[in-house]
Amino acid sequence: MGNILVEEKQIVVPGEVLADGMDFLPANGAFRENDKVISMRLGMVSVNGRLIKVIPLTGKYVPRKDDLVIGKVQDMNYSSWFIDVGYANDGMLNMREATSDFIERGAELSKYYDIGDFVAAKITNVTKSKMIDLTMKGPGLKKLVGGRIVQITPVKVPRVVGKQGSMIGMIKQFTNCQILVGQNGRVWVSGKEPTDEHLAVEAILMIEEKSHVSGLTDKIKSFLEQHKGKMPVASVAPKPVEKPFVKPKTDNQGERK
Amino acid sequence: MSYKRPDRKEDELRPMEAKVGVVKNAVGSAMFKIGKTIAVAAVYGPRELHPRFLQNAETGILRCNYNMMAFSGSGNRVRPGPSRRSKEIALVTTKALEPALDLSEFPKTVVDVFIELIQTDAGTRCAGICAASMALADAGMNMKDLVCAVSGGTVGDVPVVDLDYSEESYEGGAVDMPIAMMPRNGEITLMQLDGVISKEKLQEAIKLAKKGCLDIYKLQKEALKAKYKEE
Repeated sequence: MGNILVEEKQIVVPGEVLADGMDFLPANGAFRENDKVISMRLGMVSVNGRLIKVIPLTGKYVPRKDDLVIGKVQDMNYSSWFIDVGYANDGMLNMREATSDFIERGAELSKYYDIGDFVAAKITNVTKSKMIDLTMKGPGLKKLVGGRIVQITPVKVPRVVGKQGSMIGMIKQFTNCQILVGQNGRVWVSGKEPTDEHLAVEAILMIEEKSHVSGLTDKIKSFLEQHKGKMPVASVAPKPVEKPFVKPKTDNQGERK
Repeated sequence: MSYKRPDRKEDELRPMEAKVGVVKNAVGSAMFKIGKTIAVAAVYGPRELHPRFLQNAETGILRCNYNMMAFSGSGNRVRPGPSRRSKEIALVTTKALEPALDLSEFPKTVVDVFIELIQTDAGTRCAGICAASMALADAGMNMKDLVCAVSGGTVGDVPVVDLDYSEESYEGGAVDMPIAMMPRNGEITLMQLDGVISKEKLQEAIKLAKKGCLDIYKLQKEALKAKYKEE
């Protein structure tokens, strides 16, 4: 016979014994040692029938196939772009996958995506050694023009999106903004008024901060109702996390004056 | 020669404090304080590893950095930066943490752990390991267990745990033995020894250190969970 030694939604640390006996199976974030199920990471316990998993509370983004990500163009060569998706390795966007346009031999690739541009792309493949292939062909995949990008912790993306997109739908409805959430924790917000964008960003950051609190949807709703149309314009400036890439000036470097 | 501790029992640790998430820029971070020794650890990565020949195609690697701050000692300025001593400690810290860590999810990358000692009164490598293991857990790394460390040893032939500087430099002779342990199974991941000690005393000292490690483990667990307590 086996018994669970922890409660649902309890916070556990790596190495903590979750269950005794062979009746329970380790799922994501847990492993078996002899007849014990043990937590592998800092997270929240979730029991589903015989399966015990640990939902992570922190951690960096790990790329997976079919993820929609928001990336930043880092480099390009004659046939592809290299895109930072928030992992150690850059993702590769091949010319074939980048656009359905006909690209002439020797064309200037920066016309399509230039260094510093943000794009919404989809991961088509991740190899065992974590090389990432991207595509721009698909619904909603595009170059992101205007708006602002916010970085949140990737493990909190499901909370920002909500069940069947309920949370993000609510924010969109209240703020009239276009919002795109990448699985890598980058969120693109674009609205007609900077105040709208600001309100949406504040709401998203609030979700990130309070993601483990219960009754979050109601809290966010009352926050949005309270502040709708009242966001001060003056405080709009400091929030954006990333600015478009500016090429450093190279003149005078290494020269003596 | 017999020795009597002035302020605590032979099997008692100095007062401890632990906090997680002290460096906001880092992926994970932690502070660990034991007596007058304070260690801060920050984790960055996984990130690309250069030069490329250091990369491992099967798993990520762990790289620790140990540094005592210039003002951390007792009066004299400590020269900061890499020295023979700090390199050695960085190496044994890496080896002490590696068995607990699983980086196979991040091949060809490196996870950097920076350990800074703000104030020192002996037991710095142990405090560093305690802080680093908490910081790694805070960074969301896959781990088999936390790692806790404390020194055991003898002061004037009396087995004690968690030596401070005055005891390490005791005139009647002292043996200092840092021990790091994975508490669930009691596996030892670091053991170093300075001085001469008999077999019986050694066993006694290891026993004391293991018991001390379990106390530290309790505190580490609490500190990690405290970050997510509802207000």
